[in-house]
Formats: sequence, structure tokens, C-alpha cells
Amino acid sequence: MPEDVEALVQFDDVSTQFGDLWALRDVSFGLRKSETRIIFGAAGSGKTTLLKAAIGLIQPDSGKICLFGEEITNRSEHALFALRAKAGMLFQESALFDSLTVRENVEYPLRNQQSETPLTEEEMEGRVREALRFVELEHTLDKLPSELSGGMRRRVGIARAIVTEPPLVLYDSPTAGLDPITANTIMALIAKERDVRQTASLIVTHRFQDGELMANFRYDAGTEELVPVPESGGDSTERALTKFFVMKEGEIVFSGSREQLDQATDPYVRRFAKH
Amino acid sequence: MLSFLKDLIASFQEFVFVAGRAFQNIFRRPHYYGDVLIQMDIIGFGSLTIVMLTGFFSGAIIALQMSRALNTYGAASQVGSIVSLTLVRELGPVLTALLVAGRNASGIASELGSMKVTEQIDAMRALGTDPVQKLITPRLTATSVMLPLLTVIADAIGLVGAYLVSVPLLGLLTGSEYWSSSWQVLVYNDLAQGLIKPFIFGIIIALVGCFYGMRTSGGTQGVGHATTQAVVASSIWIFFVALLIDKIFVNL
Repeated sequence: MPEDVEALVQFDDVSTQFGDLWALRDVSFGLRKSETRIIFGAAGSGKTTLLKAAIGLIQPDSGKICLFGEEITNRSEHALFALRAKAGMLFQESALFDSLTVRENVEYPLRNQQSETPLTEEEMEGRVREALRFVELEHTLDKLPSELSGGMRRRVGIARAIVTEPPLVLYDSPTAGLDPITANTIMALIAKERDVRQTASLIVTHRFQDGELMANFRYDAGTEELVPVPESGGDSTERALTKFFVMKEGEIVFSGSREQLDQATDPYVRRFAKH
Repeated sequence: MLSFLKDLIASFQEFVFVAGRAFQNIFRRPHYYGDVLIQMDIIGFGSLTIVMLTGFFSGAIIALQMSRALNTYGAASQVGSIVSLTLVRELGPVLTALLVAGRNASGIASELGSMKVTEQIDAMRALGTDPVQKLITPRLTATSVMLPLLTVIADAIGLVGAYLVSVPLLGLLTGSEYWSSSWQVLVYNDLAQGLIKPFIFGIIIALVGCFYGMRTSGGTQGVGHATTQAVVASSIWIFFVALLIDKIFVNL
């Protein structure tokens, strides 16, 4: 299928089990440029496994996963490093390297890709500062992660994920454990990244507000703020490009738009809808 | 029972797999020379004081104990030879390795374990770095290079400790008698096993520490568990391998 050729991530009947538990069960979907998938689900429903499988951190028991058009299933770990490095990932607790400063953390992916994309020290410094400016944390350059608050660490994690300007970013519970104001700041940054660079995003979250924000707001470069997407009209691309998944026991039990999610009748699915 | 055996074999298989990759990476790019130097500093220089103290007291204690036994046979002048052989062949390598295992296998396991439970290892993989190359191979190189050096130092300080007990303190023999007997008794076979042992013990300490660290699960409690397991397992392996090497060298 021609649309599959351009999919950045493509899952085909992917299944995996941990003991008797299904972590992924017949999962199939494709994610293309600028698209967003918000993945809801109870704890242990396979959301994080899905994200990790998308970049080959977990190999599924069956099915096929393609990343940037290349099959990653059953590839050796060593053969995956270069491909994985092209995607960005924000881990649940940020997973910043605690022995490195903020600057070293953010420049880590750039140094890692020096052989493919050589940068001078000045260029690297510029890219690091730009990424940290994006998350409004340029002043923390020489701090250690332990000196930052949870929200700030999450923002540095975003800076590290996007510093190489990847076409695909995976976010594992970016707002978990944060207060609502900080959570909104984080989601605003994710929306800004999507709109500024047309990044494809896979976002795992528990909060329906995160999905609301991604579907209903867009970053306005003029005012440098998030503005609501008009309710109707051809301009509302964010809404069309944002789809929702609900996962249960490894299975995608719901896939659709925000409106479809709000109208769902299944009690499990409704737990993640606005009501 | 069957599941226990299956787990044991699966763990050993996993260990062999990780060890194989760590060795393979010594010859594979990229090389993290900076990390090797940092680990050499932590493992080598960091352990120097405790290794020197242990070496000194071991030598002194052996000399003290042996002097009494040797006196019974009127062979007190042989104290230098006995201390030298015991230290170089066995006690130097084994005691140094046990100390470094206690200090560094635990350190490695807890550091890597903490990285594992906070997803830093996964983050490293996601960013395109091989954690075996970045974390295990430098520790393997550093420990296997530093442990023989530490052992040589421990042996030398141990001989000084034995000298102080047997010459100035007990007056069993003269200084030159002590040093010449302790040096002349050593043959190439002794020196070879005195250096091969710490080299292999270094490999064991690094690999066992890294292995338990990398398979840590279950939060901070898991880190503690991995640390304990790393020290226990590496100590047992050290004794087992010492016995194996002794058997080989005795037959030579």
C-alpha cells in the first residue's frame, strides 16, 4: 500500500507476552509524518511496551514492525542502534544520565551521531542551547539532573529527545506525577514541537486533558502561544491528524478521533473520555 | 527444582552472551577510552589504600605465625621464602581480588542497577549507544588491567610487612638474608600464576558486577539485591577459579 511506504512506524499484527500476560496482542497501525497518536490505557495494559517495541527496545514474539520503512523485528541489537538514534524518546521518569550535566545530557545524542552528522563544538553548543531554549531551560546548562525539579527534568528529557530534530518522537507518560500546571506546560511543549517541526508523535498518557490539548490546540509562531483550533473548517488539521488509542491487556480496543472517543459506550473506553 | 535449574542455566547462558559481547566490543568501534581511564582511576587508584593496608598486614601476620612454626624445626631463617611464596602465589591475588570484589563488584552492580531501574540503560539504547560497549567493556578492560597491578603492589607491601616483623621485630635473620631468600625462592611459574590469577579475577569481578547490575529489576530493593549477589557470586567464582588455576600450575 503506498501510504504504508511513507509510514514512519508501522505495526502489523504485533503480539508479545510476558509469561501469561499479553503485553501486545495483534497490534496493527501506521504513523505518518505530522500525525499524533494518543495512547490511553490502565497500568499494565501494554502502552510502554508498544512504545519500546516501536524502536526495537523490546522484540515482539510475532508480527512485523517497521521503523522509517525498515523492518526492525528480529534484527540484531547492534544493527538497530543507528536506526533507533533517528527517533527521539522521552522516558517516563526522564531517564537523564545522572552523572552528566544538563548540557552533557542534551548533547549526548549529537556526540553519538558525530560520525553521520559531524558538528563543530560551536555548532553543538548552538544546538544544545537552542533545544534548551525551546523548553525554556537555557539557564540550567551546567546543573546536574538531581538539582532540577521533576517538571524541569521532564523538560530536559524533551530537549534531549528533540535536539537531533528527529521526524518521530515517542513520549512515555510525559505528564505522570506532575502537577496540572507543569503537566500543561509539558504538553504545550510537545504540541509546539509537533507544529514547529511537523514531528510525528506517539504519546502514552493517563490524562484525557493531554489528548484534548493535542487535538484542540496548535502553536502559533507569531504570538508564541498555543491557540485553540477552530471547531469547524478545513483548517483544523490538528484534529484530523490526532487519533486516540485505548489499550486493554495488550490490545487496542479503541481507535478513533476525540469525538468518537467521547461518544464511545464501552465502560473501559469511557474512562479515558471527557465526561 | 526443575524451574530452578532452568533459571540457573538461563542465567548462565545470559552471562556467557553478555561476556561474549563485552569481549567482542574490545575490538569494535567506538572505543570509550575516557571511560576506561575513569574506571581505572576508580578501581585502581581508589582501591590502592585498602589493598596496601591488607597486603601489609597479611605479610606481617604470615611472618608472625610462620616464625613460631618454623622455630619448632629450627628453620626460622626460611620465613622470607615462605611469605614470598604464599603471597605471590596465592594470598596476594586472592585477597586483593576479594577486596576489589567487595569494593568494586558491588559498586559496579549498584551503579548499573540504578541506571537500569531508572531506565537510563534503555535511554542509552534508544539514543543509539550500545550499553555493553559503553558500560561493560570499559569496566572489563580497567579491572583486568588494574587488578594485576594492585596485586603486585600488595605483594610488595606484604613482603615489607613480613620484613618488619621478622627482621627488626623478631630478629630471626638479617635484612639481606630475608630479601635474598624471598626473591630467590620465586621461579617463573610462581610469577606467572601470581599475574594470571588477578588478570582472570579482574575479568570475573567486572563481568559479574556488570551482569547483576544490568539484570536488576524491582526498584531500589532490586539494586540492593543485585549488589549483594554480585559480591557473593564474584567471591565464590574467585575461589573456584583460584583452585582451578592452582590445579593447572601444580601439574606443570
